[in-house]
Amino acid sequence: MNPGALTVYRWELRKLRYQKRTYLGLGLAVIVPIIFVTAVSFRRGGPHDIAFGDYIDRSGLAVPLVILLFGAIWMFPLIAALVAGDIVASEDHNGTLKTILTRSLDRGQIFSGKALAAATYAIVAIVLDGVVATVAGIMRSGFNPLQSLSGTIVSAPKGLELVTVSLLVYLISILAIVCIGLLLSTVTHNSAAAVVGTLMFSLILQLVAILPGLGGLQPYLLSTQFNAWQGFLRTPTDWAPIIQAVWVCALYGLPALGAAYLVFLRRDVAGG
Amino acid sequence: MADDPPIEVRGLVKRYGELVAVDNVDLTVQAGDVYGYLGPNGAGKTTSLRMMLGLIRPTAGHVRLFGRDPLLGIRALEGVAGFVEAPQFYPYLSGRRNLELLAAYDGRGASGRVDEALATVELSDRAGDRVGGYSHGMRQRLGIAGALLRAPKLLLLDEPATGLDPAGMRDMRVLIRRLADEGMTVLLSSHLLPEVEELCNRVAIVRSGKIVYEGAIAELKRGAGATYRLSTTDDERAIAVCRAQRGLGEVSISHGYICFSADAAAAAELSQALVEAGALIKMLSPETVTLEDLFFSLTEGDGGGQGDGAVEAEVTS
Repeated sequence: MNPGALTVYRWELRKLRYQKRTYLGLGLAVIVPIIFVTAVSFRRGGPHDIAFGDYIDRSGLAVPLVILLFGAIWMFPLIAALVAGDIVASEDHNGTLKTILTRSLDRGQIFSGKALAAATYAIVAIVLDGVVATVAGIMRSGFNPLQSLSGTIVSAPKGLELVTVSLLVYLISILAIVCIGLLLSTVTHNSAAAVVGTLMFSLILQLVAILPGLGGLQPYLLSTQFNAWQGFLRTPTDWAPIIQAVWVCALYGLPALGAAYLVFLRRDVAGG
Repeated sequence: MADDPPIEVRGLVKRYGELVAVDNVDLTVQAGDVYGYLGPNGAGKTTSLRMMLGLIRPTAGHVRLFGRDPLLGIRALEGVAGFVEAPQFYPYLSGRRNLELLAAYDGRGASGRVDEALATVELSDRAGDRVGGYSHGMRQRLGIAGALLRAPKLLLLDEPATGLDPAGMRDMRVLIRRLADEGMTVLLSSHLLPEVEELCNRVAIVRSGKIVYEGAIAELKRGAGATYRLSTTDDERAIAVCRAQRGLGEVSISHGYICFSADAAAAAELSQALVEAGALIKMLSPETVTLEDLFFSLTEGDGGGQGDGAVEAEVTS
């Protein structure tokens, strides 16, 4: 069988199994919900100033939703950046880029395999976080009906379904972050710079969102799209923020991915 | 395509801003050659090799590997393998896993050659260890094993013996010799001249990015001419005879000996003339010109070393 992007993808996943940063990100995705549930167990009620914070004591299904809100600030962008920012730059650092570029795969196939692996990692981390948060929340507060943002009560099974689709919508923003991480990884040739740069990019957009006078930009900021899932938690479903998230994230992610691809295709491998 | 040489480089230039790393390089490596690419550090050897493997784009000129442009896709590297600078691997994977990865990236049955490649470079016993714990020599050998997975017809090796201990260098030489004997064409970049002299039949000598000689080592030596040391019973008269003798190069005195360059016939005629002049020969010995002597004469200073005239004449001819 001729090798292709899927060959690279499989080996990238295999390589991730041997790297500490993989477990750092996945560990964060697992431990944060557990710490959160443990912390709120020592006090009555959840964080009152954010959506679903008041419902944590009533339904365990509120826990993953609160974690999604908190995680958007730095945790999920960091987890996504840990691999996306490293996956090309570490090849430069290790000098292995020249090793793999002189085999029977073209640069496009190698980049595609890497991009798929970075996206897979981010998806696995978010899903893992969601599962752990849901299980931990249910263990603490039970598998009970959930109150939507419109004030209506949804049954527990329907609430679980809404949590699941919310996670899926959340992935759209995360994949845009992955694309930006890939671009920085390809351009900087430096893993630390790419990881920190991706995180900083995310944080700066959040800062822009709260700056006075820049409110008009908010609908077009990537950070705003992290909350698009809340459209599912309204009755009836509000599709507007979800549809907006799709195209706004595409506007951030696709040019970044395209630029990373072109740079990777044409760059001189003079070091490494 | 079948008749195209393994490597053909024409007018190759690589500039980094003002710096010209490779300056109008032409060279041809024929099938079966063990070709030495020589030059001091910073002469542009590695940059040239990177262009040959398609890792960087030339500013001007072109490379053809078996008639194919290495910048035009993966098929251009079919039958070609090698490494530039030290071969690099994933330190957190074992040697075997690294080779399995490379074999997967190669396809075409390369996976079935992993054990054989490990055995060829004598790394079978350590194949399960993480590469992060390998010595420099082991990584070099793993680099060769990685290249062999591709069952190449052309092997490009950048300083394969650099950093190895004497035993490692000997093993590397034996390995390269064996691969060449099996019919592989090898281009070997190096500044270890004895290694090149022992292994290679043809060389290119590069200085400041420019080729100052390309051809057979034997031709290079022949072009430099043989030098002789002479001692007689009457050196003053002998010097006069030498200077009058046709076919002798510059005559000088060094360490109490009369030194001159000449071919074998001229040296024989000189011995007869000396006897006739009454300067009896106590010693007349040819000096062996090494590749190292020629290399330094071509690459150091302004190129005006001993024997340089003959070499330059050959170079420019």
